[in-house]
Amino acid sequence: MIRFLSNSGVQEVDRVDPNTTVLDYLRDHQGHTGTKEGCASGDCGACTVVLASPEGEGLRYRSVNACITPLGTLHGQQLLTVTDLASEAGLHPVQQAMVDCHGSQCGFCTPGFVMSLFAHRKCHAEPEREQILESLGGNLCRCTGYRPILDAAQQMYQSPGPDQFSVREQATAEQLRALASEEASLEEAGKHYFAPTSLDTLAEIMETRPGARLVAGATDLALEITQGLASIDTLVYTGNVPQLQLVEERDGELLIGAAATYSQCRDALCKHWPALEELLARLGSLQIRNQGTVGGNIANASPIGDMPPVLLALGARLILRRGGETRSLPLEEFFLAYRKTALEPGEFIEAICVPLPAPGQQFQVYKISKRLEDDISALCGAFFLVLGEGGTVSEVRIAFGGMAAIPARARHCERALQGQPFSEQAVERAAAALSRDFSPISDFRASADYRMQVAGNLLRRLLLAQGMDADKLQVTHCA
Amino acid sequence: MRKLPEEAVVGTAAGAAGSARPHESAVGHVSGAAVYTDDIPAPAGALYAYPGLSSVARGRIVSMDLDAVRRAAGVVAVVTSEDIPGHRDIGPVFPGDPLLAQGEVLYHGQPLFAVAATSQQAARRAARLAKVEYEAMPAELDVEAALAGGSFVRPTHTQQRGDAGAALDNAQHVIRGEFHSGGQEQMYLEGQASMAVPQEDGGVLVYSSTQHPSEGQKLVAEVLGLPLSKVTFEVRRMGGAFGGKETHANQWACLAALLARVTGKAVKLRLARADDFAATGKRHPFYSRYAVAHDSQGMIEALDLELAGNCGNSPDLSDAIVDRAMFHSDNCYFLPAARIVGHRVKTDTVSHTAFRGFGGPQGMLAIENIIEQIATATGLDPLDVRKRNFYSEEGGRDTTHYGQRIEQHIIAPLVERLEQAAAYRQRRQDLLAFNAQSPVLKRGLSLTPVKFGISFTVQHLNQAGALIHIYTDGSIQLNHGGTEMGQGLYTKVAQIVASEFKVPLERVTCTATRTDKVPNTSPTSASAGTDLNGMAARDAAGKLKRRLVEFAAQHFAVPANEIYFEADALHAGKHELGFAELAQLAYLNRISLSATGFYRTPLIHYDREAAQGRPFFYYAYGAAVSEVLLDTLTGEYRVTRVDICHDVGQSLNPAIDIGQIEGGFIQGMGWLTTEELVWGEDGRLQTSGPASYKIPAIGDTPPVFNVELLPDSPNVEATIYHSKAVGEPPLMLAISVWSALRDAVASLAGHRISPPLDAPATPERILRACDALRSAGKEGTS
Repeated sequence: MIRFLSNSGVQEVDRVDPNTTVLDYLRDHQGHTGTKEGCASGDCGACTVVLASPEGEGLRYRSVNACITPLGTLHGQQLLTVTDLASEAGLHPVQQAMVDCHGSQCGFCTPGFVMSLFAHRKCHAEPEREQILESLGGNLCRCTGYRPILDAAQQMYQSPGPDQFSVREQATAEQLRALASEEASLEEAGKHYFAPTSLDTLAEIMETRPGARLVAGATDLALEITQGLASIDTLVYTGNVPQLQLVEERDGELLIGAAATYSQCRDALCKHWPALEELLARLGSLQIRNQGTVGGNIANASPIGDMPPVLLALGARLILRRGGETRSLPLEEFFLAYRKTALEPGEFIEAICVPLPAPGQQFQVYKISKRLEDDISALCGAFFLVLGEGGTVSEVRIAFGGMAAIPARARHCERALQGQPFSEQAVERAAAALSRDFSPISDFRASADYRMQVAGNLLRRLLLAQGMDADKLQVTHCA
Repeated sequence: MRKLPEEAVVGTAAGAAGSARPHESAVGHVSGAAVYTDDIPAPAGALYAYPGLSSVARGRIVSMDLDAVRRAAGVVAVVTSEDIPGHRDIGPVFPGDPLLAQGEVLYHGQPLFAVAATSQQAARRAARLAKVEYEAMPAELDVEAALAGGSFVRPTHTQQRGDAGAALDNAQHVIRGEFHSGGQEQMYLEGQASMAVPQEDGGVLVYSSTQHPSEGQKLVAEVLGLPLSKVTFEVRRMGGAFGGKETHANQWACLAALLARVTGKAVKLRLARADDFAATGKRHPFYSRYAVAHDSQGMIEALDLELAGNCGNSPDLSDAIVDRAMFHSDNCYFLPAARIVGHRVKTDTVSHTAFRGFGGPQGMLAIENIIEQIATATGLDPLDVRKRNFYSEEGGRDTTHYGQRIEQHIIAPLVERLEQAAAYRQRRQDLLAFNAQSPVLKRGLSLTPVKFGISFTVQHLNQAGALIHIYTDGSIQLNHGGTEMGQGLYTKVAQIVASEFKVPLERVTCTATRTDKVPNTSPTSASAGTDLNGMAARDAAGKLKRRLVEFAAQHFAVPANEIYFEADALHAGKHELGFAELAQLAYLNRISLSATGFYRTPLIHYDREAAQGRPFFYYAYGAAVSEVLLDTLTGEYRVTRVDICHDVGQSLNPAIDIGQIEGGFIQGMGWLTTEELVWGEDGRLQTSGPASYKIPAIGDTPPVFNVELLPDSPNVEATIYHSKAVGEPPLMLAISVWSALRDAVASLAGHRISPPLDAPATPERILRACDALRSAGKEGTS
């Protein structure tokens, strides 16, 4: 059984196929059609709902795509949808602002926008443009051109005072803690969902149930269900294991628990590597970052994930676990071939460890995509550089996504730079060496030629960045 | 920022036409209460339908083994073309669109059969279990090759003025070139959806997300072999359409109706997004080649332009779409001699269809590219080339190449106004200075105009009907043939009715569009929804008012000319009767309180043989200045500022009109920038969802975005309250973005070389253009 809170009270759900998404549960099981399906792949935000979970004394609100959220993951959380916001007093300020600013035309994306705005207002005290763009970057609107919605995002702050959710916040948090005290599970027609609350139990399930699929943010796995129409026999959720959510500095490393979401580890990452600000603002959407995990991005082994090149360049290692055993593996030994990893059967990623930066190190990452927001990279280049005496390259790690079947280091390119002055000449040699590192494919995101050329140009940008401000060198997602 | 006129221009009552009332469903939208087709609760026992789609682009179906489909869990029925009792072709204008494949596959993603099952998922799973054996045939996917091979879905049409060939032969300056513009997926947020409910008389009630309920009704009737009177279509609202639900909603409604007939159950059919992308048509990609003669001052002397629309596998609406491209290949420019040829090229993809602008954007982009070429060749600012070539009252430069006289010369003063407001010249100077000192990032600036013809070019579609009931409590129910897809049609027409009766808008309720309320309607398209249905509703209101005045004249013994409606009441001499009381009194006196209204657009005609006429009742105008910032190392860019001035005549609702302008602009920007459709060599659409097909996101909205409605510019034609249509024209304002990108690229070679830049201008195409200029620049200096 799973237990979660809806606006109308505690919901207990059992005997529902664990492959059911929150969206299908709302629309098909409950007849709550206010929440819309636009794509069923987490790319349009029409189905955005808000999950509240206890944090400190109160609640943490986050927007997620209901279409790719497995039902079981609701356990211990409060689910709020567009039909929950109005009260006896009338429309919620967020909704009223959308009406007043003419923020809806066809109205189909509107429930999702309303929920993203609601979450934004819960998470931010002031309407700051850049943050608003981030919060709404995963909500597509085909009618308005977004202008009136940006107005609404400002106007919704003009209504002061707590809403009905703030008034109940503490009580809700207590209620949720009580709900979460029991371990969640779902079972229906031979399909199982486990949500262990300890690392040991998780390890045991993974070892004893061959074929069990680990689910973290589900932002990729859910596509097998909604697009591939797969029905997965055993889902094992990592999100309820506290150790897997850790984000902490330990022994000169930043340790990121495999189930920590992007949103959870973003501050820690950006504190040490400010270049990640721009990347993480453009990696998926806020809904995706609220659910997706760095661990998942690695385990998924997609050639176009954005975190692997970053972590390769930073020299990260993984802590892998099987049963009671753990081992440490350099990340670059993890990716074997297209979507093949070094994980043994029953083994999973426990944590990612990134060496903390030292003085003199440079780190840069450049993501290239057709659309600046919420788009998958055509290529993503990450550069770790230490310039020694006289500006010679004493240490270099360069990694790319989108250039090969796996995220990979550019060894020839690195060798062309190693020990050389970081100069135009060396960079040109390094750029030329990329053709020995990679033979990228052409696909709908970009041609092989474009990928090769831009990979080289990113090196050139890196060199120019030594003497120029970044804002004179590149177009950023919200200039 | 958003400049809204302060006061209503037509009525004084709150909510009357001219006031910025919110969308009639705004509260429903924001609270999740607004019901879309798939939200309608299905009757008990309802089934879910799903089509099985082809996996080759072209071929003969050798065998289709559907046993596994039939045996799959939850499956109740499976139908193929053989099971269709009536017509098997649902081509809307010309034949060529089989409801289900008939032995031959015409495109990748074509429906071959359809299954009805107990759940959406069961139906989708089952539909994937077919074993289909194809004898593959070579598929032609390339528009240039198909054009060369003379493969057409409809005959070529030519419009001509003077002898362009001779003028070109004798000209001093001639530019020749070719140009591609990409297609565009409508990407309505609500995918295609229908529900067919069998009726006791053997008929069927179909709820469909469609812009054209009457056509759906006709096709379902034909497919099922029923009289039209037994088929009713209803659509309350669509979650976006943009042309993609004009003819391409029909197939899904017909399949749902067919399976409802076969099973006797209500049947829902909703396409998953990837299949919606694969199986429904898009904006036509266009290929053009041209020769233009111009003088040293940038004046066009002659144009020979061939426009080749990539129509996909069938005619669908392509004849009218390519015609509209031809009608807009002048944009705002006088062509002293012109030969405009429009080809309807057949390729083996899904049949391309209507999309906001309906060919107009493609024709307009072709000429704007030519203007840019002339500017580069003459070294003039493109804005000056544009202004010099505008239609004008003087010198006989006021007639289009198809013979329509331009009667209202709005564009020159509009552009002048915008040029000043946006400080175009000053910013041009600033930009040149910036580019001179910025090695990697380059700025680009452009002002482009729009002239868009309003009316269906198929004459008989320019008609509309409406139905108004007044109930005894004074509430008014309005129905008309137009459909609501977000554009605010219901709101505007309700405002018109409220204005006619001088009652508050709250008295007026607009009900779902239904073919049994207003019959034989036209699609809601061509921007004409308000022009047509607003006038029809006004006609119905006029009839009721006349009846009520006549009654009041008798009842109060007051001359009719002393009776008028004002402030929610009827005033007859010294008598004042509240609207509700009036309705009650009229009812008791047995006055009919229901009326139909009708409208047909006057003056329009086009002789296709002669390629001459007045196809458009009037033109809507606008112009935009866009500025971009471009990264010449990666081709990435941002639109940093946009200023728009747009002509909507006398606005019926400034908030809705500005919403259409902003939304249309951003949608057009998507078409020209990040929205790239990529088909594989196997004919499969590879960009088949929002993960791979990138429409603008919120961060793409320019941080500075000024939109102004051209003030004091009532339509000179007798349109509804002298307003102008606004649905499509603003989309083409976004050509300024493409042009600004081109300008930024051109800065790499001092604007002396024309960047080769097809649309959409993706970062990759931009970078390629940058490289072309960099290497040409090097050759030029070495």
